[in-house]
Amino acid sequence: MSLDYIYPPYEVVRNAQRCVDCGICIGQCATGVHFRDKKTGALRADESKCVDCQRCVCFCPTHALKIVPTDNAFRNNGNWPARTITEIYRQAASGGVLLSSMGSSKDYPIYWDKLLINASQVTNPPIDPLREPMETRVFLGKKPTDVRRDAEGKLICDLPPQLELKLPILFSAMSYGSISYNAHAALAQAARDLGTCYNTGEGGLHEDFYAYGPNTIVQVASGRFGVHTDYLNAGAAIEIKMGQGAKPGIGGHLPGKKVNGDISRTRMIPEGADAISPAPHHDIYSIEDLRQLVDSLKVATNYQKPVIVKVAAVHNIAAIASGIARSGADIIAIDGMRGGTGAAPTRIRDNVGIPIELALAAVDQRLRDEGIRDQVSIIAGGSIRSSADLVKAIALGADAVYIGTAALLAMGCHLCRTCQSGLCSWGIATQREDLVARLDPQEARRRLVHLLTAWDHELKEMMGGMGINSIEALRGNRLMLRGVGLTQKELDILGVRHAGE
Amino acid sequence: MVIQAKNLLSPQLNEYIRASADRDIEVDALFGQRYLACGSSGRHFILRGTPGNGLGQYLNGSTVEVYGNCQEAVGDTMNEGTIVIHGSCGDACGYAMRGGSIFIEGNVGYRAGIHMKSYLDKAPLLVVGGTAGSFLGEYQAGGTIVVLDLDGTGTPVGNFCGMGMYGGKIFLRGDRLPALPDRLLVREADAADRAELSPILAQFCDRFGLDQAKVEDAPFHVLTPDSANPYRQLYVTNIV
Repeated sequence: MSLDYIYPPYEVVRNAQRCVDCGICIGQCATGVHFRDKKTGALRADESKCVDCQRCVCFCPTHALKIVPTDNAFRNNGNWPARTITEIYRQAASGGVLLSSMGSSKDYPIYWDKLLINASQVTNPPIDPLREPMETRVFLGKKPTDVRRDAEGKLICDLPPQLELKLPILFSAMSYGSISYNAHAALAQAARDLGTCYNTGEGGLHEDFYAYGPNTIVQVASGRFGVHTDYLNAGAAIEIKMGQGAKPGIGGHLPGKKVNGDISRTRMIPEGADAISPAPHHDIYSIEDLRQLVDSLKVATNYQKPVIVKVAAVHNIAAIASGIARSGADIIAIDGMRGGTGAAPTRIRDNVGIPIELALAAVDQRLRDEGIRDQVSIIAGGSIRSSADLVKAIALGADAVYIGTAALLAMGCHLCRTCQSGLCSWGIATQREDLVARLDPQEARRRLVHLLTAWDHELKEMMGGMGINSIEALRGNRLMLRGVGLTQKELDILGVRHAGE
Repeated sequence: MVIQAKNLLSPQLNEYIRASADRDIEVDALFGQRYLACGSSGRHFILRGTPGNGLGQYLNGSTVEVYGNCQEAVGDTMNEGTIVIHGSCGDACGYAMRGGSIFIEGNVGYRAGIHMKSYLDKAPLLVVGGTAGSFLGEYQAGGTIVVLDLDGTGTPVGNFCGMGMYGGKIFLRGDRLPALPDRLLVREADAADRAELSPILAQFCDRFGLDQAKVEDAPFHVLTPDSANPYRQLYVTNIV
């Protein structure tokens, strides 16, 4: 052992009375934890490789395995928790930038959990969605502000392009490369089943998935990987990625070792070469420049596609959103600081940006104050975990939400947060063929459809409870929310009253 | 089809072009109209005057000939086709272009050829007859950039040429080199490099009526990156 030795944070507990020595755990473990002792043939575990992905636990036929946090501990210290100490060891040993996966695991306030939803009593009776029609279909895009008629008095119906969704939930951007072919197949098919959209991320669109175009949002990021006219015209909408909640202000980097044949073809870059997305779009230095990219995409697609501009929730998000709304974009996607990622520098993931709840409320209010709220729709993302979060997001002003982590969980992710290793034992964040094959696209598709169908029903139940039968009547309806345990400042920003008021 | 662009705004002009069934499009008296030939394929454009930003953005196979100067983002994210500029060109020319060729008779502004990339049989080409501004070939991932400095200013490119470059090649004509980032490999063009360059220069000289032998009769330097995986050692895994 050495100065830098980091004791395995998780222990593999094998119940000898239950274990039937079948060895399934060996085959299931993607990181090579389980093995047989060369002399005795007994099952052993090298816990230093364990990432607590729960794969062996789920596949052990006799429930003989569990993974538990170790009780080994540094001397207790409030200022220097084990996490901080081990991070220093890692950097002192390597000189590297700390790189983490998925959304921040730090204990920042989750405002969703401090907001409570209203329900009708006595007056304005609740509505039962099982009996009565309930509308959760949304149209994202610019809405006309006035009624115009031609010389003969007939209505002029030149509505800008709209993105129609049967329910206000979209799958957020996850590139082919960061996740597997099978995961993309499941997302694309589930989006079609559900009447919503998935998002290609910045990795291009695989030739097999052009068929799902009407349910696809194609992304244009700073690296412009895989962006060409067929790609732009394939999707239902085009998203310009300016930023991402997990790593505001920095670019992306797919290491060359992950750029295999299929990914190379989809991104249109050579095999084995790094795929670097610079932090800025180098043709955008202002809102006027952003307008040019929006306009050029519209010209290239003959004004048929709504354009989304995705930004991370940062300090001046309200002013930024106001600029975007004036840039000609049809939809703004705001990604909060708890949003997920395949890999982000730990310090940026855990310290840069602001929570989506505050950003969303601030943006909605600002756009209303400026009288331009109808010029854009808003998609909120960055840790929407349940239909309750969804209802609260819509009441704070979102037209729809993006879900990424929740969708991955539905497909089998156990949030072990080692996506960057490329050894996802659930076949999601990996390109290794044997691991990818573990994810059955049809099963994953069913589970995604189940999740969103259930959320949509829960959404209708909660809307019905409030006496609301149309999602438009919930959007920005902050009277339907009350805060608990929040300061007056927080309540002011959220635009909600305290419970009891 | 010949269109007089005077007093036409960009959307109108682009709509006329889009609606035309003609393969050959000629536009006169351009005055900053944007996004011409944007995403276009299978057509031939002759443009006179000054086309605005985003000329040939996402270009997908058309040929564009400009008699005049161009503004920003020419050939941005271009996939295929040819753009010939009988004049000079603004910033971010050929940004992220993946294929096709851009020939500029005069100078080009900042950030030309930034994030240019090649893929299979696609190898983008940017040739500049005059000089280039700073950040030429920044993040270049593939393809070829040639700067000729035919007027012999002695400073073919500005600062930070090839910054963050991780693929492709830059040829600079002349005996003087600018200060370059550490991670670039610089050499004088050898016989193999010149053999690669010669057909490129033949195309350029043919387009602009120049004497190829005279253009070639000068030292050339070749800039390439020292790694296709520049950030491999940058990170350490932190599972938290």
